[in-house]
Amino acid sequence: MPLLWLRFALACYFIGLVYAFVALSRTSDLFSRIALHAASLGMVFHFVSLAELFLSGHMVWTSVHNGESLLAFISMSFFMVIYAIYKTTSPGVVVFPVVFFLTFVAALDEQPVLLTAFVSHKGWLAAHIFLIFTGYAALLVSFGASLLYLLQERRLKAKKPSSLISFLPALEVIDQIGYRSLLLGFPFMTLGLITGSVVAITTYGHVDFLDPKVLLSLLMWVVYMVMVFTRWNSGWRGRRAAFLATFAFVAALAAWAANYFSAIHRFAAS
Amino acid sequence: MRYQLIGVNHKSAPLEVRERLAIPESRLPDTCRELTAYPGIEEGMVISTCNRVEVITHTVNGSADLRGFLHSHFHLKPEEVDPHLYEFREKDAVRHIFRVASSLDSMVVGEAQILGQVKEAYATARAVGAVRGQLDQLFSRAFAVAKRVRTETEVGSSSVSIASVAVELAKKIFGDLHGKTVFIVGAGKMSELAARHLMAHGCASIFVANRTYERAIGLAQKFNGQAIKFDDLYSTCDRADIVITSTGAPHAIFRREHGEQFLARRKNRPMFFIDIAVPRDVAPEMGKLDGIFTYDVDDLQQAVAGHVADRRQEAERAEAIIASEVEKFEARAHTLDVVPTIVSLQDHLETIRQAEIDRVRGRMGQLTPEQEIAIEALTRGIINKVMHTPITTLKTAAKEAEATTVVDVVRRLFNLQVKAKDAQQKDAQPVSKKDKDEVGSRR
Repeated sequence: MPLLWLRFALACYFIGLVYAFVALSRTSDLFSRIALHAASLGMVFHFVSLAELFLSGHMVWTSVHNGESLLAFISMSFFMVIYAIYKTTSPGVVVFPVVFFLTFVAALDEQPVLLTAFVSHKGWLAAHIFLIFTGYAALLVSFGASLLYLLQERRLKAKKPSSLISFLPALEVIDQIGYRSLLLGFPFMTLGLITGSVVAITTYGHVDFLDPKVLLSLLMWVVYMVMVFTRWNSGWRGRRAAFLATFAFVAALAAWAANYFSAIHRFAAS
Repeated sequence: MRYQLIGVNHKSAPLEVRERLAIPESRLPDTCRELTAYPGIEEGMVISTCNRVEVITHTVNGSADLRGFLHSHFHLKPEEVDPHLYEFREKDAVRHIFRVASSLDSMVVGEAQILGQVKEAYATARAVGAVRGQLDQLFSRAFAVAKRVRTETEVGSSSVSIASVAVELAKKIFGDLHGKTVFIVGAGKMSELAARHLMAHGCASIFVANRTYERAIGLAQKFNGQAIKFDDLYSTCDRADIVITSTGAPHAIFRREHGEQFLARRKNRPMFFIDIAVPRDVAPEMGKLDGIFTYDVDDLQQAVAGHVADRRQEAERAEAIIASEVEKFEARAHTLDVVPTIVSLQDHLETIRQAEIDRVRGRMGQLTPEQEIAIEALTRGIINKVMHTPITTLKTAAKEAEATTVVDVVRRLFNLQVKAKDAQQKDAQPVSKKDKDEVGSRR
């Protein structure tokens, strides 16, 4: 059943995906409202899917598919929070495709891939997943915002009449969305890494710093910190900030991909 | 109707060209004098705003070398400016002036400032005697037409001025304008207006810098703002989010290095420069910096292009009004065209009468006062009766297009002038003493 609900959600997110592509070329109030409603409906299905999974006791914390589904849901929640504060659907341009992709993979009719290692502390693991995923979602939004910032900056500099009627919110609003999610994401990311280390230590007795997963996670965290620092210290934004955000995002993807190479964080079909 | 006009506007010429042709307010009177002293020009005036520079003249023979005037006055090579010039004559010149005054030719169609600017240019030229009868008629009519367009159409309503476009752009950059700081550099009406708009949308504080510190104080007081000495401009400017600059400086006062300083001190928070000065105050290089957004007069025009579409319909109605006004003006001008002919006809017959009376006096000797009065009345009566029909015909013809033909015929019949072509060209001038003498001597 949870899979069925998830597929309903996927159908709704598809509308969001289409919106993401259309919004880049034209502005339509009606369409952004449709996308918003579709996304909300998708979230309801998604929530039902996750809740059912959890309540039925089938939630497998070490399942990749469950993880993807959860990450997608958290990212959508972020999107909704931003909409509630800033009344803009434009971050959807970046968030929707990612959410759609994650949900799509999660909704595949395959046996979930599981972490091979045996984990003794379920509570720590759950905390680790929640925290790190929130961090990821925040990073995603921040990355999206920096891209939108570039886009809006370019439009304003191009000085075309369309710069007045673009679908994008004001430059400073985009900047704030990016900066706030960056600030919000940082503690989650940090705590997520700490809890992850705790899980690793309790499982293996030590943390292997040469493991690709650990290395890439650390790299991602360092870039994240550099982003927060340069922004706080010298107000980096625009091109330079987008460059850093892209770097952090790629590092995050690499850290995720490292699951397939890491000895301690490996998933395998059960 | 020997109006001739040459100029550039925001559509025909880029800002770089308009900058070179712009005439500062202080030099306008001299330029007008120079213009009227130029060969072939009777009356002349110059309109120089940030969007247009136009030279309007009434010429001696319908064709003066206005391009030559521009080249010599601005020391320009023809190839630099000629591709951007437009030239109108007679009816077309009248239509153009009507359109300009009615703000149909403006960057922001319907904005009200242009009428004021034309009025000022007119007053300046009039004060130095460069505008007399012909241009006077043209412009008083143009002002009336502008008023008619304004009251009868919606072109001017909810006017999207540069100021409100500036506000919209500021909102695209800063979102909410509450708490933002505005810096006015160079106290002028335009920048004052823009600042007023920005304040109305929430901008909190304001700085004013001006070469003349007293003017800065005056303007700052109006806004409850703070006047800044011009020397402190660069050290305080980074405190402003929005800078409206409109100084008369011949060169850019904000250059790339200034922008870099501002951004460093502002921790890269964006700045918005609204540059309404011509020549520009902000070097284009500075606008390329990340975080600095510069809109000059031309850019603002592009930004408002979207709004103009809404008014197209109203503008069409306004164009119809202008077309009918141009017809009326032309008809009226023709009426004026026949007046000199009538006057010289009267003069001609009067001279004949006087000569005949003198001849009769010579033969009859001294006349009694009663006889004098009788002869006077008799001859005058005959002449008036004879003249009645030609004059009525002339006046009627004047209202139609055939005026020149009739004028021609009358002149030939009474031998008022030998060459018909010359007659056509000269008859529009007020009759001078010289003309009368010519008529008299040809008997």
